[in-house]
Amino acid sequence: MIAFLQQPWPWYIAGPIIGLMVPVLLFIGNKSLGVSSSLRHVCAMCVPAKIPFFSYDWKKEAWNLFFVAGIAAGGLLVALFFMNPAPVAINPALTSELAHYGIAPQVSLLPTEIFSWQSLLSWKGLFFMVFGGFLVGFGTRYAGGCTSGHSIMGMSNLQWPSLIATISFMAGGFFVSNIILPVILKF
Amino acid sequence: MEQQHSPSYMPFQQVGSADIKMKIPEEAQETQTQINVPANLKYLVVGMLFGIVLVKSEVISWFRIQEMFRLQSFHMFGVIGSAVITGIISILILKRFKLNTLNGEVIAYPEKKFSKGQVIGGLIFGAGWAITGACPGPLYAQLGTGFLVTSVTILSALAGTWVYGKFQDELPH
Repeated sequence: MIAFLQQPWPWYIAGPIIGLMVPVLLFIGNKSLGVSSSLRHVCAMCVPAKIPFFSYDWKKEAWNLFFVAGIAAGGLLVALFFMNPAPVAINPALTSELAHYGIAPQVSLLPTEIFSWQSLLSWKGLFFMVFGGFLVGFGTRYAGGCTSGHSIMGMSNLQWPSLIATISFMAGGFFVSNIILPVILKF
Repeated sequence: MEQQHSPSYMPFQQVGSADIKMKIPEEAQETQTQINVPANLKYLVVGMLFGIVLVKSEVISWFRIQEMFRLQSFHMFGVIGSAVITGIISILILKRFKLNTLNGEVIAYPEKKFSKGQVIGGLIFGAGWAITGACPGPLYAQLGTGFLVTSVTILSALAGTWVYGKFQDELPH
């Protein structure tokens, strides 16, 4: 049973469950799926600094903070009870390419060669965690949503701006992953 | 419901898109909105399910994200694609049968207005997604699995959000 639960889930199981978040949230409380808004609410809660963009009653959006706390709790549950003990099974071509950059196949969800407290103050650590995180926060808010708000919720509701946003996410990712990261990782 | 507020409030719910600025009079902000914890617990539970799926399907894996952007695997496209198809069918059913929420409210389907931000911001976020291997949902999930250094990435994402809010007026939209 445990071994069964530890397996990674195939896309055709995971995707539909993620898609069902949309009607479930609408049905139980008239909420639109969206995660990046939580970052805005935390800014409004902690450092509104009289900026109009953060001057609203974030407490009315508290559901979103419970939702993201739940995401973290779900991650903890998996880590405690049914984490996959084997390395992520990725395409061998990627495995060998990453080996050139000194990144080994590993059980960890992120390469510990880059994402660790030790590397945080190296320029690579700063680039991947600090700079990368900044782009995620800035970009999602500028775009008005992220993978959940635009790609899942917006596209489920057939909003064409969300399709444009999703295409842009993918284009930005393709460019950086294929052109920029190989250069950065070589160092 | 958790929204016990005076009618002078702007209904944030209907604004939906984060592109629209909100100006609420100062005195309105000081009126106490209480967070109703029990009423919000259901979102914690749904969030937990979301978090479990994100981890179990490995979409929070940096390796999976690189694989996706290099077109080396169908996995991520399968997850996102089948999620969208499920979402489209679900909303069609909700609309077709004019279903209301559990509390009998009419369901609001927020419309997204086009702005240049979806292209420019979208490209920027895509770059960040490739670098960190995570979009916002997975950031919380990574933290939850015990990858504590992700808290740094989340703090940076908060900084990015804040800087956007600060300079929103100067950016093309």
